[in-house]
Amino acid sequence: MRPFAYARPTDAADAVEQASRNPDARYLAGGTNLVDLMKLRIESPDLLVDVTGLGLDAVEESDGVLRIGALARNSDVAADRVVRERFAAVSQALLSGASGQLRNAATAGGNVLQRTRCAYFTDVSKPCNKRHPGSGCPARVGEHHNLAILGASEQCIATHPSDFAVALAAYDARLEVQTADGIRDVALADFYLPVGDSPDQEVALQHGELITAIVLPAPPPSARAAYRKVRERASYAFAIGSVAVVVAMDGDTVVEVRVALGAVASMPWRARRTEDMLRGTTASPEEIAAAADAELSSAAPLPHNAYKVPLLRHLIVSTLSELTEVGR
Amino acid sequence: MTATGHRSHVTLRVNGEQHRLNLDHRTTLLDALREHLDLTGSKKGCDHGQCGACTVLVDGRRSNACLLLAVAVQGREITTIEGLAAGGALHPMQQAFIDHDGLQCGYCTPGQICSAVAMLDEAARGWPSAVTTDLAATGVTLDPAEIRERMSGNLCRCGAYVNIVTAVSEAAGTRS
Repeated sequence: MRPFAYARPTDAADAVEQASRNPDARYLAGGTNLVDLMKLRIESPDLLVDVTGLGLDAVEESDGVLRIGALARNSDVAADRVVRERFAAVSQALLSGASGQLRNAATAGGNVLQRTRCAYFTDVSKPCNKRHPGSGCPARVGEHHNLAILGASEQCIATHPSDFAVALAAYDARLEVQTADGIRDVALADFYLPVGDSPDQEVALQHGELITAIVLPAPPPSARAAYRKVRERASYAFAIGSVAVVVAMDGDTVVEVRVALGAVASMPWRARRTEDMLRGTTASPEEIAAAADAELSSAAPLPHNAYKVPLLRHLIVSTLSELTEVGR
Repeated sequence: MTATGHRSHVTLRVNGEQHRLNLDHRTTLLDALREHLDLTGSKKGCDHGQCGACTVLVDGRRSNACLLLAVAVQGREITTIEGLAAGGALHPMQQAFIDHDGLQCGYCTPGQICSAVAMLDEAARGWPSAVTTDLAATGVTLDPAEIRERMSGNLCRCGAYVNIVTAVSEAAGTRS
């Protein structure tokens, strides 16, 4: 690990000022991903700006809107009474990720910024277009059984590993960002950048900008929600496929539906074709199946991850069926 | 304050005692405990937050000491396996692991025990887990399925899980 300096800023503006001055500075929050990446020599900052002393860890609801401080620990967010009762898919997603120890350290802001666990990205002895643009991607012909089937490119098929971010996508979350000039706000949907030819450009943050909060608008009245995750062992493993659904019915009719898929793309993947096809329908089994297929028809699987297409289809269909069946 | 140097004077509070160390910022809490304070109960397994052998309590909450930088946990109350026994008497969780043979080689045991102690606290506060059916419920019953899920961050490569679950059930008062 490269030696580094360490700073404890006094507030968010001070943090941004200190980090912005040094192109090799990184923010330190829970450290569960960053410290590991430093040990693996994937990240080599020469200044860590420790933001854990800034507060910014409250979880508050006001007029139905949920505001999660970026420094709130995953375990505190998951256990929060309002989150459990009004934003259940957020609790479910967080509880399905990592371990009790990691959830106690990892923060909300850090979670959305965590890096892919692609085996080539995490091994500095291998080429990787994300770490070294232009060096190549061995994953297409190599180990890709848990890599992307949607929105990938010739340059990169890495997946975003977060469970939490998938639930956030289904709740239409927005991020509050401290910049050198004040606070700006960005929709999660615009936060993760398409892979394209530059897989090293992952998120819409300039160097030195700091996420201060994650804001979830009030879900539609009478909305039901769930996060479902499939993995290769019963606990403490990344998803091989997951889905977050928020759906609101008026009688038998779907008035609003949002579906986000996890472990299938470089970002939490909004299944907008599924949503568009279901809105206004009665969500019959045929309509749900057709809506799932409509999204997955754009999948471009490789030999070892083709299983994800039927897996995701089953996840979408079963979760939507259960949530729309209740109360009929 | 502009930070430039690569070392700092770090004050760590461990098992109720204050220690002043001069540490390279790269020093993890685990290395500070083992290499600088001779507290070798916390074990280095994977050193990447995947095995749980290094689990300690930070302000009463379980955490992987291998992923915490010592410089970043100043002012926090650190409890290691060495700090659990009060006045020479074993912690009930330690006694339960002995009584139910919750180990074979013992390497993961300090982490298992620290993790289990904090896990009981989380359950007492009503924290749900991934296998809790009713997220809105206020109480948690630590049946074997709950214990297995909540302890999944601690690997035991000898496979002593059956007896670990029994030991934790005993300490939780839910052993049937």
